[in-house]
Amino acid sequence: MDLISESGSIILTSFGLTLRLAFFSGIFSLLLGVVLAIFRVSPVPVLRWVGAAVVYTFRNTPLTLVMFFALFGLSYQLGLSFDEDLIWRNAFWLAVLALSVYTSTFVCEVLRSGINTVPLGQAEAARAIGLTFTQNLRLVVLPQALRSVINPLASVIIAMTKNTTVAVTIGVTTASMVNEASGQMKTLMEKNSDQILLIFIIFAVGFMILTLPIGFFAGWASKRFAVAR
Amino acid sequence: MSASVLYDAPGPRAKALNWVYSAVALAVVVWVAWIVYSKFDETGQWDAEKWKPFLEAPVWENFLIPGILGTLSAFAVGSVLALAFGFVFAVGRMSTHKIVSIPSAVVVEFFRSIPMLLLMMFIYFSQSGMFGLQSDVFWAVVIGLTLYNGSVLAEIIRAGVHALPKGQSEAGFAIGLSQGQVMRSILLPQAVRSMLPAIIAQLVVLLKDTALGYILAYDELLNQINKIDGNFNNLIPAAIVVALLYIVMNTILGLVANFVEARTRRVAHTAGPVGTTQDPAVQTATAAGMPGGTA
Repeated sequence: MDLISESGSIILTSFGLTLRLAFFSGIFSLLLGVVLAIFRVSPVPVLRWVGAAVVYTFRNTPLTLVMFFALFGLSYQLGLSFDEDLIWRNAFWLAVLALSVYTSTFVCEVLRSGINTVPLGQAEAARAIGLTFTQNLRLVVLPQALRSVINPLASVIIAMTKNTTVAVTIGVTTASMVNEASGQMKTLMEKNSDQILLIFIIFAVGFMILTLPIGFFAGWASKRFAVAR
Repeated sequence: MSASVLYDAPGPRAKALNWVYSAVALAVVVWVAWIVYSKFDETGQWDAEKWKPFLEAPVWENFLIPGILGTLSAFAVGSVLALAFGFVFAVGRMSTHKIVSIPSAVVVEFFRSIPMLLLMMFIYFSQSGMFGLQSDVFWAVVIGLTLYNGSVLAEIIRAGVHALPKGQSEAGFAIGLSQGQVMRSILLPQAVRSMLPAIIAQLVVLLKDTALGYILAYDELLNQINKIDGNFNNLIPAAIVVALLYIVMNTILGLVANFVEARTRRVAHTAGPVGTTQDPAVQTATAAGMPGGTA
């Protein structure tokens, strides 16, 4: 138990960082996922192609490689920098960007499958009363689609929360050089090789605390907001 | 279907508008592509000397092919073990003996809920720390892949069995088969057939997740980027080539999944629905599976 008294605050800080990664990536991937889904069902062919190309490319590339590209390609080569002076802050936002783009392709596909569950008659009725594509999508189709995909969407968000661990690829840390969860677990295991199991259990339980509420909330919300048909 | 219900066949005005939108969208795409191209050009990423190594044998012999083999061997061993793990725990979880089903459920839920990278790191460090063995990164990666993907596969198989009509097992019991026999000779074969597309989709995830080995310095494809860069100073071209290789490998597996799905649909060998269904258990299993993994 010495470990907890010694490293407790560091572990909490690392989970705080993981939580922040998950929070921002969650928001951006949902927004970007909705945009991609709209692209993919839009009447404009070029937008459909762009949406399909983005989804196809990022879904078939490992997240580790996407992270790698964010740092070495986007930041070092293309000069995209979220913070010129603070390397750790730049790495944080690059990780958020990589996670958001990667996750948004899954959000997009989940939403698209949700749109497919909306009965044809709904969309036909919307068109019959003269709604345009945008109105149809915004007022009739998307609200129903969103409510039918709460559970799979939660699975995507839970996976994304677990995926924050891959941010270790580009070394996401805080100002005081505390790593996000996976990097911190690695450091602790290297230092305390006699307490590996305890360290693992602490971090495993940490992730359960982060992800279980999402699942429970989704279960409740999908019943609460289910579309009665 | 979605595309056609959302809007009418375009009339003259809509057609003209669509042209305008298409042109604007195309302009934005070209503009972004131009920025990327010219920035890479500034730092000399398109120089012939940076790309030439990929046209020559040594880079392939020394780096890319060993990398592909590293990735594929982790994938091959990992998928065989994950499938075995999936079957054992799917059957275990469906057992009527609580003493078997509860521990199976706990194992499956536990490995599904923690990040695979943490699992791999734990296995890697525990090899020497807890068991006094030489740490072997290949097995750390493979066992990590097995435990996570095996758990997801167990859920997919279980969902496949649940999606079968009740009459299937009732008929088995009626002719005097035991529970194990019903599972083995009636339920599992049908469930596997109907879930084959989802199972292969999960194998695509497993293939992508081998890239997590990069973080543990396992000698897979992603690790070759740094090695090639060390020799030819061409990080970005190497990363682009490796990304393309991943896309090719995943596309091939994806095509296999589509082919299998089309075949299974055509030749009905199962009473269950093919691939994904409206069954929430299946949806969650496959949705979790998709990005699920990690990398």
